[in-house]
Amino acid sequence: MSHLLDIFLVAAVAVLLVVYVSWRAGRLDRLHARTEAARAALEAALLRRNLVAVELASSGLLDPATSVLLAGAAHDARAGSRQREQAESDLSRALRAAFTQPGFRAALSGAEGAEELLAELETAAHQVFLARKFYNDAVAATNAARRRALVRALHLAGRAPAPEFFEIDDLLLATAPDDGADMRRLTS
Amino acid sequence: MRIGIVCPYTWNVPGGVQQHIRDLAEALIDLRHQVSVISPADDDAPLPGYLVPAGRAVPVPYNGSVARLSFGFVSASRVRRWVRDGDFEVLHVHEPAAPSLSLLACWVATGPIVATFHSANVRSRAMHAAEPVLQSALEKISARIAVSEAARRTLVEHLGGDAVLIPNGVAVHRYAKADPLPGWPGEGGAIGFLGRLEEPRKGLPVLLRAFGLLAPRRGGLRLLIAGPGDAGEVRGQVAAELRDRVMLLGQVNEDDKVRMLHSVQVFCAPNTGGESFGVVLAEAMAAGAPIVASDIDAFRRVLRGGQAGELFETGNPAALASAAELLLDDPRRRAALSAAACEAVRAYDWPVVARDVVQVYQTVVSGASHVRVAAVAARAR
Repeated sequence: MSHLLDIFLVAAVAVLLVVYVSWRAGRLDRLHARTEAARAALEAALLRRNLVAVELASSGLLDPATSVLLAGAAHDARAGSRQREQAESDLSRALRAAFTQPGFRAALSGAEGAEELLAELETAAHQVFLARKFYNDAVAATNAARRRALVRALHLAGRAPAPEFFEIDDLLLATAPDDGADMRRLTS
Repeated sequence: MRIGIVCPYTWNVPGGVQQHIRDLAEALIDLRHQVSVISPADDDAPLPGYLVPAGRAVPVPYNGSVARLSFGFVSASRVRRWVRDGDFEVLHVHEPAAPSLSLLACWVATGPIVATFHSANVRSRAMHAAEPVLQSALEKISARIAVSEAARRTLVEHLGGDAVLIPNGVAVHRYAKADPLPGWPGEGGAIGFLGRLEEPRKGLPVLLRAFGLLAPRRGGLRLLIAGPGDAGEVRGQVAAELRDRVMLLGQVNEDDKVRMLHSVQVFCAPNTGGESFGVVLAEAMAAGAPIVASDIDAFRRVLRGGQAGELFETGNPAALASAAELLLDDPRRRAALSAAACEAVRAYDWPVVARDVVQVYQTVVSGASHVRVAAVAARAR
């Protein structure tokens, strides 16, 4: 009788273990999926920002020097010829240099389509900031889960590569000394 | 002739284009022309009498490194005022495709405009979004000068059209004689480098790695480095036991630069590309320094395919090390290269170059009215 009970107990523990491990594996899988979705959102935000920057550069609203700067930085970020994060940071810095020129908004005010384009660019830049934050958050959670002893021991992550943080300078407007109201920080 | 020259980069920061404009302006003044140069400049910088400051340039990422450029509406209106007040017979802009003051000058002015292209950077379809903006400004240029074959090729391929080739000038007499810095080159020999420390294209890391190979087997060999940048970071790239054999002078004035060139047995130009002519290289030649340089197009041409200086495989520290070692061990080879360099550099002396430039001015000025503020740009403000 006690023999049967033993078998039953071992079987029960085995079942519980399998359930637990597959639950952990499923959790890890969901974290990976969340990271991938966040990455896709980040790529979309970066692309959108890039397109709006190109549109501004080719709009004829700016002086030719600023246009060339923005178009060049946007191209480099798209081409990915250099380190991606570096190129995207450079685009942020080029945009910031354009936006923080003294009297930039005053010079554009009244020009047709300028308000809409600047607003669209600010929105796009803010979305990059948000998407990057969510992505890095997902990466941190995923990598923390991957580091757990059980996950490592049983290779629950399988062949999925560990996701990496995406670190760029994504401030559109740092606080500039010369302008007041419109020079707000887009990030905290 | 009343000549207005536009410099796109900060005047008081050492650089090939600024140096070119300074020497050209001075050579033109020696030839009795009236010259005014407008350039971005820092507020407290001492400026020559012919220079009109256009305000501070802003550091921005451009073409893979950080450049200080003047752009935007405020800079444009400064250039416009300068053009209006200057009543120039000819406007000479430098590097007008760079997003800075020269491009703005093309935008705001009309009349005889001459442009000099310095850069051999391949910037293929990058500009394509700004293409119409850029083209409409560059269309106004009536004569184009390229400082090197590489710069001319870049221009032809990326902007279309052609340019006359007038090589960069070097004020040869300024470099010919100088006392070495105290204690240099010293017993074990010395290798020199001149250029911005951080800029990857200047190739300092290649030289530092080569020094790491050479220094352990050549006791006393030292490295003399001049140029603005973070000295600590450079030292960090050198093995701890070799650090006291690397001397960093920081940014040097003209006199110390010449003395520095006379303080080394081998001058090294390890650039990994992007160089259109290599003013630094020509200066080292004028100082008669034996040269070891990367085998990039521009250097190969200036060094006459290796007759006036040793060429090594670009970016290869081991190749640099062995080329430098051959020279360090062979005083006769050094003397021969030094003599060949002094000879080769004469074609680039400034009085020769300035006369060629004046001929270009005369061609575009004949029959044309003076430089005026363009109607379209005047309306834009």
